[in-house]
Amino acid sequence: MTNTVKMEEDSFNDLLQPDFKGKSLTDPINTAEDKWNLLPAFLKVKGLVKQHLDSFNYFVDTDLKKIIEANRKILSDVDPEFYLKYLDIRVGYKSAGDPKQIEVLLPPHECRLRDLTYSAPIYVDVEYTRGRKIIIHRDLEIGRMPIMLRSNKCILSGRNENEMAYLNECPLDPGGYFIVNGTEKVILVQEQLSKNRIIVEADEKKQIVQASVTSSTHERKSKTYVVTKNDKIYLKHNSISEEIPIVVVLKAAGIISDLEIIQMVCGDDSVYQDLFAVNFEEAAKLGIYSQREALEFIGRKVKTIRRMNSPKLSIIQEGIEAIATTVIAHITVDDLDFREKALYVAEMTRRVIMAMHNPKLVDDRDYVGNKRLELAGQLMSLLFEDLFKKFNNDFKANLDKILKKPSRASEFDALLHINIHSNNITTGLNRSISTGNWSLKRFKMERAGVTHVLSRLSYISALGMMTRISSQFEKSRKVSGPRALQPSQFGMLCTSDTPEGEACGLVKNLALMTHITTDDEEDPIRKLCYILGVENISIADSATLHTNGTFGVHLNGTLIGTTRYPTAFVTKFRKLRRTGKISAFVSIYTNVHHAAVHIAADGGRICRPLVIVENGVSKVKADHLKNLKTGDWEFDDFLKNGLVEYLDVNEENDSLIALYEPDIIKSTTHLEIETFTVLGAVAGLIPYPHHNQSPRNTYQCAMGKQAIGAIAYNQFRRIDTLLYLMCYPQQPMVKTKTIELIDYDKLPAGQNATVAVMSYSGYDIEDALVLNKASVDRGFGRCQTLRKNTTVLKRYPNHSKDIVMGMRVDENGEPIFQHGALGPDGLGEVGMRIQSGQSYINKCVPTNASESVVGGAPTINQQQQHRETPLTYRGPEPSYVDQVMMSVSDNDQALIKVLLRQTRRPELGDKFSSRHGQKGVCGIIVQQEDMPFNDDGISPDIIMNPHGFPSRMTVGKMLELVSGKAGVLEGTLQYGTCFGGSKLEDMSKILVDKGFSYSGKDQLYSGITGEALQAYIFFGPIYYQKLKHMVLDKMHARARGPRAVLTRQPTEGRSRDGGLRLGEMERDCVIAYGASQLLLERLMLSSDAFDVDVCNSCGLMGYNGWCPSCKSSEAIIKMTIPYAAKLLFQELISMNIAPRLKLSDVF
Amino acid sequence: MSNIIGIEHDRVTNTTATDFPGFSANGENAWNLEEFKKKFQLNISYMTDRTANFDMIGLDTSIANAFRRIMIAEVPSVAAEYVYVFNNTSVIQDEVLAHRIGLVPLKVDPDMLTWIDPTAEEKDKFTDENTVVLSLDVMCSKNPNAIPGNTSSENLYKNSNVYAKDLKFEPQGKQSQTFAKCPVVACDPNILLAKLRPGQEITLRVHCILGVGSDHAKFSPVSTASYRLLPTIDIQKPITGQDAKDFQKCFPSGVIGINSNGEAFVKDARKDTVSREVLRHDKFNGKVKLGRVRDHFIFNVESTGAMSPEEIFFKSVRVLRNKAEYLRNCPIGNLN
Repeated sequence: MTNTVKMEEDSFNDLLQPDFKGKSLTDPINTAEDKWNLLPAFLKVKGLVKQHLDSFNYFVDTDLKKIIEANRKILSDVDPEFYLKYLDIRVGYKSAGDPKQIEVLLPPHECRLRDLTYSAPIYVDVEYTRGRKIIIHRDLEIGRMPIMLRSNKCILSGRNENEMAYLNECPLDPGGYFIVNGTEKVILVQEQLSKNRIIVEADEKKQIVQASVTSSTHERKSKTYVVTKNDKIYLKHNSISEEIPIVVVLKAAGIISDLEIIQMVCGDDSVYQDLFAVNFEEAAKLGIYSQREALEFIGRKVKTIRRMNSPKLSIIQEGIEAIATTVIAHITVDDLDFREKALYVAEMTRRVIMAMHNPKLVDDRDYVGNKRLELAGQLMSLLFEDLFKKFNNDFKANLDKILKKPSRASEFDALLHINIHSNNITTGLNRSISTGNWSLKRFKMERAGVTHVLSRLSYISALGMMTRISSQFEKSRKVSGPRALQPSQFGMLCTSDTPEGEACGLVKNLALMTHITTDDEEDPIRKLCYILGVENISIADSATLHTNGTFGVHLNGTLIGTTRYPTAFVTKFRKLRRTGKISAFVSIYTNVHHAAVHIAADGGRICRPLVIVENGVSKVKADHLKNLKTGDWEFDDFLKNGLVEYLDVNEENDSLIALYEPDIIKSTTHLEIETFTVLGAVAGLIPYPHHNQSPRNTYQCAMGKQAIGAIAYNQFRRIDTLLYLMCYPQQPMVKTKTIELIDYDKLPAGQNATVAVMSYSGYDIEDALVLNKASVDRGFGRCQTLRKNTTVLKRYPNHSKDIVMGMRVDENGEPIFQHGALGPDGLGEVGMRIQSGQSYINKCVPTNASESVVGGAPTINQQQQHRETPLTYRGPEPSYVDQVMMSVSDNDQALIKVLLRQTRRPELGDKFSSRHGQKGVCGIIVQQEDMPFNDDGISPDIIMNPHGFPSRMTVGKMLELVSGKAGVLEGTLQYGTCFGGSKLEDMSKILVDKGFSYSGKDQLYSGITGEALQAYIFFGPIYYQKLKHMVLDKMHARARGPRAVLTRQPTEGRSRDGGLRLGEMERDCVIAYGASQLLLERLMLSSDAFDVDVCNSCGLMGYNGWCPSCKSSEAIIKMTIPYAAKLLFQELISMNIAPRLKLSDVF
Repeated sequence: MSNIIGIEHDRVTNTTATDFPGFSANGENAWNLEEFKKKFQLNISYMTDRTANFDMIGLDTSIANAFRRIMIAEVPSVAAEYVYVFNNTSVIQDEVLAHRIGLVPLKVDPDMLTWIDPTAEEKDKFTDENTVVLSLDVMCSKNPNAIPGNTSSENLYKNSNVYAKDLKFEPQGKQSQTFAKCPVVACDPNILLAKLRPGQEITLRVHCILGVGSDHAKFSPVSTASYRLLPTIDIQKPITGQDAKDFQKCFPSGVIGINSNGEAFVKDARKDTVSREVLRHDKFNGKVKLGRVRDHFIFNVESTGAMSPEEIFFKSVRVLRNKAEYLRNCPIGNLN
């Protein structure tokens, strides 16, 4: 019984079983080797898509409440008595309900099948006035929120494998996506430059140094620059028409004395003082000495965009407004105390001066520490706030309209009006997610392509999509910087997994053990800093700000204080974090160049866990790992006990991290948990990737997503537009630890083919493969394609509706050919073979659908006339009906989905690939008796040409073969984990012990002559993937066929049975060769030849032997021209240009 | 020229036979039946009902290879070719199930059936002379007597696994007499065809016909039929002492013996797998020469179970003889 219970538990558990991978509890624990067990423990807690789930959970649980807080009250302009206040917001449960019991309408799989949205109601509690009374109304539904699968608001969270199966869900599915109108949509992780941080850049050519900061608050987004211009420094902002001299800005912010300005910007460094001095002249020239003068100066420059019915401000008020709210908007000003803002501007100025003095002190935009990742939760939060504001505005407008009316029959109840608009939030959220267009009115943001349809081509492609990061950079820009591999990506972003071509380096993937932070509260951290001895900046003397040895303490980029003991402060701070007093995701690091300690608690930073090393000793000891193995400890216990901590990129840069335990020296601060975590989930499939040329690993990352295999445990229950499945997928002989962690061994995509590396028959050049026919007969590479066909039975306004009619029969009572696969209900019968031209849904539409209803309801005996509009199958090969689904979509129309299936065996031209970026097409399929064989009579499944190796340098593939062969002979699986895996020496030893050559090369006999081959052949199993590109989907030829209506030329493209174009370059060849008759035949006679009557006297075209302009038939000549030419002439005529043809005899 | 193939560390030498007429000026080398009869030997090592291992010595590679090729591809056998699915509510798709059934080796003597006429009309195609009909009719249900606590599917359900033994022979016409002694069954009864759960059922009918392996691998009567050449180990300089022990370890056990003088000798070269391990070590350089005898074929024929391996081999001989017969009767060849 206990055994079965264990089996039911989460699949990660078997990774944590006491006797995992042949190691039992009694085995000695080697910290160096068993340390990797932390990784499955991490993934058990975090999961592969935890960043999406965390972010969504944060949004639903915390951020929603903050949004409500920020938009709490709705007041009426008309009735000052009236107010409506939001008290609370909840998603999925009522105020009396249990947060764990989520009310979603339907389980996710039903939503997929029925084209519905997987969502939960959003409830708010409101307090408002009705007349004189104050009423509290709970559980008011204001819309429905699409729910991310596996988030804590999803019904799947915390379910075990059995319950998942009951809900038709795959337990291995990572979740992290939404289901909107039946399609699975992923909100890709968006990469952007960090907000509210100073970035210093220099343009060497123009001699410009600029510090910029993008301020982002709930209300607005703006960018402030401090720039140099002729060595003078100015402040620039979009809403200020001119650049303002920096001294003026500082004076406006209340730093009036020049001495204090110098102290704040330069300190006592004379070089900086010299560089800055010129700016005082600028202010003096303008005659600005006091704060008032400065504010008025700024006030005059402000571009005033006043909203209606707001009072006009005086110039000085404009200036105050600009300094207080517009410039560096993320620093809030209370009680007109501008000091913090002045300090921030001074800081920016100082950074500019530092960069002017030493050009090396500029920031790198591409440094991962300067990037923030925006996840689904943040994007949803932006969207929701926008919609919520719109909802409130609409509500208020509606309210005012009603309240304006002087007399009302009944007492006004606001609630009656709130429900009217409730659809806006739901449809707004749904529309944005399903189209991917994020348009936010308040930021004037318009972003397209935020969401993508989750690719279900293979398990790996779905998984890869969840870890994908898309960059905001334009793809067309030709700068290499953002595309280059950054050293700071190490361990955070996968080094191999990026697409080739235009998005290369811009689309990235997360590494295996990364975490993305969510926002943490700033206030407690600030207080803690003061407790730890940081001098509060608001009481600090400007003179001491930049004295030697004083370090500024920055929280999320803002100076909050100074300390003279940065090392002690940082150590104490870290100690508190390691004991769990501060969130584990708050990072702290020292920047010696800026004399600053930076504390970051904002969301979107990438971080990863590392083992803490103290005094040259790793803190993780054998007995800790024993606790992990027995299951007493989880990953979080390591975190709690201060053995492991998360470092973000900036803090990582401030640490000394040892790769392996023996590398630890005295100054080492951290130790890697596992080295193979530099790669992501997709690159983790490659065996021995550290022996491959790096582009090969990148190619495999692209191809692994196209491999046909098992997709999910619920794959036969799914009705997807297009689904590729392999009949007999196998787990690879040579696995990696990543493969086990991401469960690729449970949902594999490929087969272990016995490969002989030799040349054979000449049909294997240029990467073509030779397949063994007997292997193909026995099921090698056999796959299925399932294609969805959908139709809805519409209802029309005149009460007529679409129907499905039964099959028609001929005189013998047999169904006619077109209806051969139909059942009596007019739908394809499950299991029926359906050939090209046969229909699978015999849909009929009413003939009078557009006619309006004549007087009321139709009489019952009024017979509806219907016209057949069947859905007909077209294809070179027959299909079989796999599933037929009939349901009702959310607008009460009948929805019919028919899934058609094809089973395909490999054929000539089908594409295969090993896991090393070595793709090839099948060049020939050879009879088994013609294949070479070894002493045991084994003949290969695939013959691969050896020329694939030298230039590609995929040594990993050779190692895979040797390890795979050893595994086959010994009856075990071998490992090819990155930077580890089974050692070649051990594998050779196994081969020799089993009577094979150490090198993996066997003596083979030719199948054709029977003689021994003169060379030894590299022979063994390699995991081969069948890729989705199959000849059957691509083959196309045409002799005659359809033509385009306008030009009468053959149509284009396979889907329209188009012609094969003789293009410009081909045309050039024919011209150069002088084959004029061929040219004529190809370009006109076989395309759009058209007989036309040309009048030789006026040169225009006539018809029926008659020239309408000359009113004669005298000079009419019949000739053939391309229809496109005739069209051109007519178009010219329509523009009052008369093209006249002059005809004469050539010969 | 010697008839020993040289096994070097990086290549195989002398792989091709040169004893054919016209190769060299001095020798005749014309094929002579009497000489062949004298030279040819066939030794059987062992023979079971599934496997045969025998040596053919003194014949040309082409002939030995012809036997191998014919056994794989041209000896006819019976396999399922047409599957008529009446009901299949299991998770396995009709095509995949049909494919699996097709690959099940059947215990049918191919001589009991005649060839099917592919040009015949659909309704006249199958007769009791050329077709064997099998049927599969299983339905899964809950096991009312399930032992509680045991969650294995065999315990919880009835017929949860469909095996090859569930294919039932349906004698047609006079087959009830002709096949009375040897009803058609699967050679290996425990081949898993499908898995079912309560409420699922499979009803289908299978037509099994005669075919050859070149058409589809399911018609091949052998799992594998192949040969290897007899290895030779030629110790050219005596190897003694520790070297002899190391030398012994380079070969599978029983290949090399060590005599009382501590000198290595070849005990049984036939057991060698020719791993060429010995050529890796410099200390044996020049002391040993590996080779294989070019006209000594150690055949290994593994039957799928429909026929005994010797029958398969005899049939391959018959097929080869028919081919020779055909060639001899070919009008083009008959010049005299």
